[in-house]
Amino acid sequence: MGIETLLSQVFNGLSLSSVLLLVGLGLSITFGIMGVINFAHGEFLMVGAYVVYVLQTLFSKLYGHGASGVSFLISIPLSFFVAAFLGFLLEKVLIRFLYGRPYEGILATWGCSLIFQQMARNIFGANNVDVASPKWLAGGVEVMPGLQLPYNRLFILALTTICVMGIYFYLYRTAQGRRMRAVMQNRDMSACLGIRTRKVDTYTFALGSGLAGVAGSAVSLLGSIGPSTGQNYIIDAFMVVVLGGTGRLAGTIAGALVMGVLNPVFELISTSSMGKVILFILVILFLQGKPQGLFSLKTRALD
Amino acid sequence: MFSMKSRNLRGRRFLRIPQKFILPILIALVFVSGGTVFLKYAQAVEKEPIKVGILHSLSGTMSISEVAVKDGELLAIEEINAQGGVLGRKIVPIIEDGASDWPTFAEKAKKLIMKDKVAVVFGCWTSASRKAVLPVFEKYDHLLFYPVQYEGLEASKNIIYTGATANQQIMPGVTWLLKNGQKKFYLLGSDYVFPKTCNLIVKAQLKAEGGTLVGEEYTPLGHTEYSTVISKIKAAKPDVVFNSLNGDSNVAFFKQLRAAGITAKDIPTMSVSIAEDEIRGIGAENLLGHFAVWNYFMSMDTPDNKKFVTAYRARYGKDRVTDDPIEANYFGVYLWAKAVEKAGTPDPLKVRAAVRGLKFKAPEGEVTVDPTNNHVHKIVQVGKVKSDGQFDIIWSSGKPVAPDPFPSLVSNKIVLEPGKIVDRKK
Repeated sequence: MGIETLLSQVFNGLSLSSVLLLVGLGLSITFGIMGVINFAHGEFLMVGAYVVYVLQTLFSKLYGHGASGVSFLISIPLSFFVAAFLGFLLEKVLIRFLYGRPYEGILATWGCSLIFQQMARNIFGANNVDVASPKWLAGGVEVMPGLQLPYNRLFILALTTICVMGIYFYLYRTAQGRRMRAVMQNRDMSACLGIRTRKVDTYTFALGSGLAGVAGSAVSLLGSIGPSTGQNYIIDAFMVVVLGGTGRLAGTIAGALVMGVLNPVFELISTSSMGKVILFILVILFLQGKPQGLFSLKTRALD
Repeated sequence: MFSMKSRNLRGRRFLRIPQKFILPILIALVFVSGGTVFLKYAQAVEKEPIKVGILHSLSGTMSISEVAVKDGELLAIEEINAQGGVLGRKIVPIIEDGASDWPTFAEKAKKLIMKDKVAVVFGCWTSASRKAVLPVFEKYDHLLFYPVQYEGLEASKNIIYTGATANQQIMPGVTWLLKNGQKKFYLLGSDYVFPKTCNLIVKAQLKAEGGTLVGEEYTPLGHTEYSTVISKIKAAKPDVVFNSLNGDSNVAFFKQLRAAGITAKDIPTMSVSIAEDEIRGIGAENLLGHFAVWNYFMSMDTPDNKKFVTAYRARYGKDRVTDDPIEANYFGVYLWAKAVEKAGTPDPLKVRAAVRGLKFKAPEGEVTVDPTNNHVHKIVQVGKVKSDGQFDIIWSSGKPVAPDPFPSLVSNKIVLEPGKIVDRKK
């Protein structure tokens, strides 16, 4: 194994971590903070990916094919708002009736996931759609012969960093974020203190869904855009959040780093299928010993 | 707590009012719609039509491929009906959704045979769905036309296989690569039966024809992260990657391969599951210059194919493409119709006997149903992806290749007649 393979493995690990973190970030908010096991999370990701496609198609019709670079940049915030709005609706219509009823929640959100997928099939067709990567993300930096760091991977790394910093700022430096954390730590006490917990729930869920939308626009650079796109990421996202420990941003980051760095290593020494099996076995063993995950939130709530 | 109480009340009130009316309204709707449909058919048809079943995944993950095949079959049925049908009777398709779920396929196959009493079924895509319906077709001794290239090792008397066997796609593809000086192979596939069987054949062939294997990798279906696999490929320095990935993974693999700076000039790939329809989802720019081996390409320059492509696009839209499996059951429907005319009856047993040895001028050229193994003689071609998502046909076998569902490289069995498979004598 040459030095370039080793270096590229380190980069692959970081890059995979950033993808996992971006996908897991929204889930860590809806699942980790709100405790809603949302199986439709992957479909918000899919919505984000389709936003990129729709915007690109629109732009190339209006301004010609050269506009994909601009349309992609615009589609990232747009993905956030479209997915957040759908999350807002879903919370209003369905999720809020299911707080504290996890089993019904699982079934209902799983049903939603199927409905969203079939809707995507009806609207966009069952086939994958193609999104051309923007010109400025084609190619990569050649560090040494045989080792090229693709621009789109670097871009996702940067985007993830920005998202994490944004969420950190929101949760720990704004009044709304403080209310969100207060509700998650002790709902009844927050309600007594005059926080409108229902409203906080709605916005928290919308935020988590919006982040899934951003993740969707990012993974459209790497993978397929089709009705089942969300399904390809949902299990990994859950794994990241469960491994990291619910309720803390640092946990999700740690979970994504551990999974992202270890997965390519196991994949390199065995095969792709076996690599994942080894990783999942290790995670399960770890959770046996430490069921609350890498980081856990100390709360006084009894649950 | 207050809010919960009021919510429950609201919920109940919402449900109470329409409940009384829902059932009567539904029943009335069913009667009205059923009645109109019945009247319409009763007026339109003088001779009793022939019912045929169409069984594909119209929802779920496999609908990505199967919807287009269904469209091809319906097109053939419409064309035959426009020319007066078969035996002067119209063909009426009954469409069922296998929903990408194998037990559902078996259930719907049974429904088509027992309840709808269809004369034949056109359907399935994955080997798993075919294996699920096979016992049903054998039990009721019925007839299925299966349109997709597959791993072989099967020759049921109840199935007509219109797709390719290994020796009509994979093996000529490998031979072509070896002859072009691509000796070092890296095998990449999805982790299930088709790619594994396919690569078993490739490996045996490499040994026999003087190639070397420098790596082999299987990724789970739906795998999206190919950076490590690409690192492994780079380190192994193959002449060619033989790709039997299926589904979404192809998009991820080719996007990430291109981003890693590897083009078809550096390491070309030869794919066995990427046709024109898949290219649209992967993006032609990501596949430029890579190879695929099939029996049919949309870009084939023959009058029969031009007619087919024009008809398909006129019916389903200018942006639609035709590809190998779509074409395979398009001519599958014609083969069946020809067999019905020959047998003088749509009875599946008689049609099954009549279809053996039958010839048809398909868009890909002349095809013949092999009388011993129920597979089809068809030509083999290698294509190179162009920037418009079409294939440049760079090699062709010229004449149809006889199907061999049990290649001697991986099997010691031989087919005597459909359904009768014995060990090869030493």
